[in-house]
Amino acid sequence: RMVTFATAATEAEETDTTAAEATPATPQTETVAANTSGFGLGRPALAEEIAAWDLDVSPDGTGLPEGRGDVFTGEEVFAENCAICHGDFAEGVDNWPVLAGGFDTLADKDPVKTVGSYWPYLSTVWDYVNRSMPFGAAQTLEPDDVYAIVAYILYSNDLVDDDFELSHENFAEFEMPNAGGFVVDDRPETEYVNWRSEPCMTDCKQSVEITMRATVLDVTPDEEGSGEASSMSHDSGTQMAAATPAATEVPAAEEPTAEEPAEDAPAVQVAAAAAIDRELVKSGEKVFKKCKACHQIGEGAQNKTGPQLNDVFGRTIGGIDGFKYSKGFKAAADEGRVWDEAAMYEFLSKPKSFIKGTKMSFSGLKKDSDLEAITAFLKANGG
Amino acid sequence: NTPDPLITELQDWASGTGDGVDATPYGLPIEYESDVIRRNVEWLTADTISSINFTPIHALDGTITPQGCAFERHHSGAIELRKDDYRLMINGLVDQPLVFSYADLERFPRENHVYFCECAANTGMEWAGAQLNGAQFTHGMIHNMEYSGVPLRTLLEEAGLDTAGDLAGKWVYVEGADASSNGRSIPMEKALDDCLVAFKANGEALRKEHGYPVRLVVPGWEGNMWVKWLRRIEVMDGPVESREETSKYTDTLADGTSRKWTWVMDAKSVITSPSPQSPITHGTGPVVISGLAWSGHGKITRVDVSRDGGMTWETARLGKQGDSKALTRFYLDTEWNGEDWLLQSRAIDETGYVQPTKAQLREVRGENSIYHNNCIQTWHLKANGEAENVEVS
Repeated sequence: RMVTFATAATEAEETDTTAAEATPATPQTETVAANTSGFGLGRPALAEEIAAWDLDVSPDGTGLPEGRGDVFTGEEVFAENCAICHGDFAEGVDNWPVLAGGFDTLADKDPVKTVGSYWPYLSTVWDYVNRSMPFGAAQTLEPDDVYAIVAYILYSNDLVDDDFELSHENFAEFEMPNAGGFVVDDRPETEYVNWRSEPCMTDCKQSVEITMRATVLDVTPDEEGSGEASSMSHDSGTQMAAATPAATEVPAAEEPTAEEPAEDAPAVQVAAAAAIDRELVKSGEKVFKKCKACHQIGEGAQNKTGPQLNDVFGRTIGGIDGFKYSKGFKAAADEGRVWDEAAMYEFLSKPKSFIKGTKMSFSGLKKDSDLEAITAFLKANGG
Repeated sequence: NTPDPLITELQDWASGTGDGVDATPYGLPIEYESDVIRRNVEWLTADTISSINFTPIHALDGTITPQGCAFERHHSGAIELRKDDYRLMINGLVDQPLVFSYADLERFPRENHVYFCECAANTGMEWAGAQLNGAQFTHGMIHNMEYSGVPLRTLLEEAGLDTAGDLAGKWVYVEGADASSNGRSIPMEKALDDCLVAFKANGEALRKEHGYPVRLVVPGWEGNMWVKWLRRIEVMDGPVESREETSKYTDTLADGTSRKWTWVMDAKSVITSPSPQSPITHGTGPVVISGLAWSGHGKITRVDVSRDGGMTWETARLGKQGDSKALTRFYLDTEWNGEDWLLQSRAIDETGYVQPTKAQLREVRGENSIYHNNCIQTWHLKANGEAENVEVS
């Protein structure tokens, strides 16, 4: 594939050709018509552009960049970027996916499908982490970080020892436990042959009885769509298939990289609460997009991965009963510290230095304008 | 009999005036239809950013789904991507890797086709038993629109496929511009057959939640492959085996092995009215039983309806002859005398495939499949006109 790219790029640079001027395609098989004309639309893709977007990795390792990462490093990177949703040991938090364990459960009633128990190719893990994670900050990880995270996920599945290092060199050697667990769609042989016959119209059964009723479970959202019906979770022990078709991805760190020195330091402005600037609130709503994978605010807000934010100003830091705070937050609560604007500014600009050991894997808002906006937004929405 | 004041008395609307033009430059449904909306099942997922909601199929008729109530499925939220900022790249085993702007796409010859788009997980919560009480929730991960766009084949040929050599074993990897970078591998045969790079639906631009400005349409195949915000098409000599085609959208059978590449959505149908969210409120007498049928293998040729839980069947009337890989509306115009009904529908497509019962599916697949549940659905219609989602022997 690399050769193809290089050739294409060279052609593009040398001749500045358009597709129409390129050699017309000729039919390869009966089913493919010739590109006899070509419309001459579009322009050649440049090598740098292809390199920026063509990141997918195939099972044989094609597409992997050079790099390496060990389990030890991976544990740190994982804790920083992934643990907020997947748990410190890849065990999954709330409804976020479990990444480890579940071996020998695939034939059980409710199989636990994890990277270790289910995923057939290591390339898929690397590719997915590299392109789609962390949730809310995709494509911000360096290759070495991705190698390290993948090494740690293998370790958390007991598939490698703690001194394991994953690299582009040993990648192809690794075979996943469930690699042989898949068959290509066999419905034509196992289903279609039996179900393509004239169906019965009369006397098809002797009798019919109702064996199960949806209203017994009562998990249907009400007509307002507020979904208040049930708190039934996927892993509750009912006999129902609370399937997770939309099994979710991972929210995790925003901008997991640089902790910037806050030198242009918090010009903490005490906003005149009476006149909350609408524009500011509006831009604060955009800033809040970084937060809302984990935090809710407003009517009906609940604790999710992070605590709900209603009446946060004036609340004791770490003060919501029943939320699992980090040690740092518990200590702050014990000291009776309270969220005011100054504290919020400081926290949101550098979370990890304000509360040591906070589980909030967010590196902080760097712009004063964003800090002002988020404060205005929180206040305008009942924070 | 008392005269009806709605007829005998002068009504405001017959005397005064209504809204002028431009009252709503882009119209919305009248307030009395405000219950016809997409709905989410909150306990299904951890967050709405990566979740799904459901089309209110119980409240619609005909076959075309209005965009505003067509179900949404996002893996990392619906992004805002301007046409001016849109780029589509074709690379890999092509003669000339190309980049198209949105304007370029509108200069290729284009086609219009009506297709259904069904999430592979539609009805997935019903594998182990009747669970959600409403057609919207059991069958609402589907919509049906008229798409305008350029055949994927046209774009691939523009880039040239000589380099790919023998196309028999080749694949096309398609990927979106959003943070989930949802990517799927499609065999070349399908890519050159009927896939469409679409930019309009039901005559207007795609909605943000459906991939504005450009999405892929993969007729008859599971919705996850209809990549939204389509940004890259790569010709490859094998499948990527991405997360969405290994960890997800694979079907685990009772013995623990899993089927992969189960792309086609088999024939399926559901009665949309009466149904739990659409009870009979008019009393006994004439009633229209109405529903939807579809098949990823082609046209629906027949739909049968049973009122006794599958003991006897009668053939329903099709609203019009079925379009290939599109929703077909069926009706059974009949009488209801207040008796209990166990309502079922059974679709048959042009390949002769007959929609199976839940028992037939379980016998082959067990109960852990999640995806591709196309079983016959049962509604229990009671004397009061209400209906409930049930499972029958």
